Amino acid sequence: MNYYGIKAIYKFEIARFFRTLFQSFVSPVIATSLYFVVFGAAIGSRIQEVDGVSYGSFIVPGLIMLTVITQSISNGSFGIFFPKFIGTIYELLSAPVNFFEIVLGYVGAAATKSLFIGLVILGTSTLFVEFNVIYPGLMILFLILTCVSFALLGFILGIWAKNFEQLQLVPLLIVTPMVFLGGSFYSISMLSPFWQTVSLFNPVVYLISGFRWCFFGISDVSITTSLLAVFSFMTLCLAIIAWIFKSGWQLRT
Amino acid sequence: MQDFLTIDALSKYYANGFEALKSINLRVKESEILALLGPNGAGKTTLISTICGISKFTSGKITLAGHDIIKNYRAARKMIGMVPQELSLESFETVMNTLRFSRGLFGKAPNDSYLEELLEQLSLLDKRNSQILELSGGMKRRLSIAKALSHEPQLLFLDEPTAGVDVELRKDMWLLVRHLRNEGVTVILTTHYIEEAEEIADRVGIIDKGQLLLVEEKESLMQRLGQKQLTIELQNRLEELPTKLSDYDIVLAADRQSLNYTYNMRSGRTGINQILSSLTQSGIIIKDLQTKQSSLEDIFMSLVNETAK
Ligand SMILES: Nc1ncnc2c1ncn2[C@@H]1O[C@H](COP(=O)(O)OP(=O)(O)OP(=O)(O)O)[C@@H](O)[C@H]1O
Ligand SMILES: [Mg+2]
Repeated sequence: MNYYGIKAIYKFEIARFFRTLFQSFVSPVIATSLYFVVFGAAIGSRIQEVDGVSYGSFIVPGLIMLTVITQSISNGSFGIFFPKFIGTIYELLSAPVNFFEIVLGYVGAAATKSLFIGLVILGTSTLFVEFNVIYPGLMILFLILTCVSFALLGFILGIWAKNFEQLQLVPLLIVTPMVFLGGSFYSISMLSPFWQTVSLFNPVVYLISGFRWCFFGISDVSITTSLLAVFSFMTLCLAIIAWIFKSGWQLRT
Repeated sequence: MQDFLTIDALSKYYANGFEALKSINLRVKESEILALLGPNGAGKTTLISTICGISKFTSGKITLAGHDIIKNYRAARKMIGMVPQELSLESFETVMNTLRFSRGLFGKAPNDSYLEELLEQLSLLDKRNSQILELSGGMKRRLSIAKALSHEPQLLFLDEPTAGVDVELRKDMWLLVRHLRNEGVTVILTTHYIEEAEEIADRVGIIDKGQLLLVEEKESLMQRLGQKQLTIELQNRLEELPTKLSDYDIVLAADRQSLNYTYNMRSGRTGINQILSSLTQSGIIIKDLQTKQSSLEDIFMSLVNETAK
């Protein structure tokens, strides 16, 4: 293993994060606060409770997931797209590092950033609503797994994208709807049976449900199913990345 | 001395089907300076990229100090430093951090004092905490060199190192290259200019249209490149060359109205004086004179023709 190589990539990426620390935090925090105002206060006053949890608290896990997933994808994709775009990727391609080390460095850094932001959102939430986390350890584990999986997805996206438009298109067209329809703001059980069945094809449902279970002990699908879903997703992304580096797709001419 | 870098039957097709390298064979020894000379699009950058692992190759084999660059890529790549033709640097990063990154990436333990020494050598030490966007073009080029040297490589590639570089910096760069060579580093650089190859290289490889036409000691190549041709147009048709001229490399053209003399600028005496006086003495009237330097293009052409034969 080239540990110095992994560390070099990781530190370099985290340094980029710190250069833009303000933007990195401010926009998710403001966005979350707005969600609380709109959904928690305005709509929440009509919905009252979901499965015995006040609506304001109910949306906390969903909101964190929403932010963490979008952030992981954008961090993960930008980290590798940028060197590709400005040309510094030549150094990475000529370095004695294998795909796994590259992934550890880039995806590790991307996941760290979004985990950080996730925790900040969690902190922000306590300003608006009261809630307890029943399984804090599992909650953190779940959060980390989500950060890593979506940073991996972002990484693939970053390699695939040929320009900035493409880089933004996929999150906008696919991921955001998936997250919104994944039960961030409602319980799947509130939907008609048909849409409940459709929802089960949305992988994000499993994430949000599992994450919510860590908070309140209530969920749409079982926690085992949720964990299994995250792990399968992660493995799939890793396999795709392994193939990308083996074939040189979009990287090596 | 032992072969350090070996390239055997290396071929490369780009995805669009273009054959950029045609069965290249090359041996490079330890601590020598090899200049790859060739026109635009010859395949110089492609060749370097395949050795460094940036480009894939279609067939052939490359080894570095006995390590196959594919099977044993870690060992091989650790030894290589590369300065790309087109500078690409992370604008917002500081000089020192970007060097630390490069060093770490190539698996070396941090060593700031070495990196600072390197910056000193490249007259960049005072810039170590500056952001890269604050550097001038020449400084960026030097920083790229520092990056390539940050992990103490044994083989350094400089892809067109003198593009956009002033005379002063060029001199410094050649000093550094010689210094590296004396330390045991092998340097392979590319250039469009014969003069440059002449100034710095031990050996010169000529590459054109994906073919490595020849690799020769600089001295013997320069002999060849110094060739010129003198064309002497005659007033009247000449049936036969005067015997006095038989010692010279001179031929009567097919139309018998002109003489072609090939000589070398680099050999002390060209023989032009003797030829002209011999002609006058033999009563041959000269109408016009014309000299032509054999350009790199001519050399390429004659080499291509030679290889075609
Ligand atoms: N990615 C690519 N896809 C297809 N063809 C390419 C690609 N990159 C380079 N080529 C072609 O390969 C040939 C060699 O290019 P290369 O960059 O190696 O030349 P070079 O000798 O470095 O030229 P220069 O002196 O201009 O830098 C050129 O004809 C070029 O058009
Ligand atoms: Mg080139």
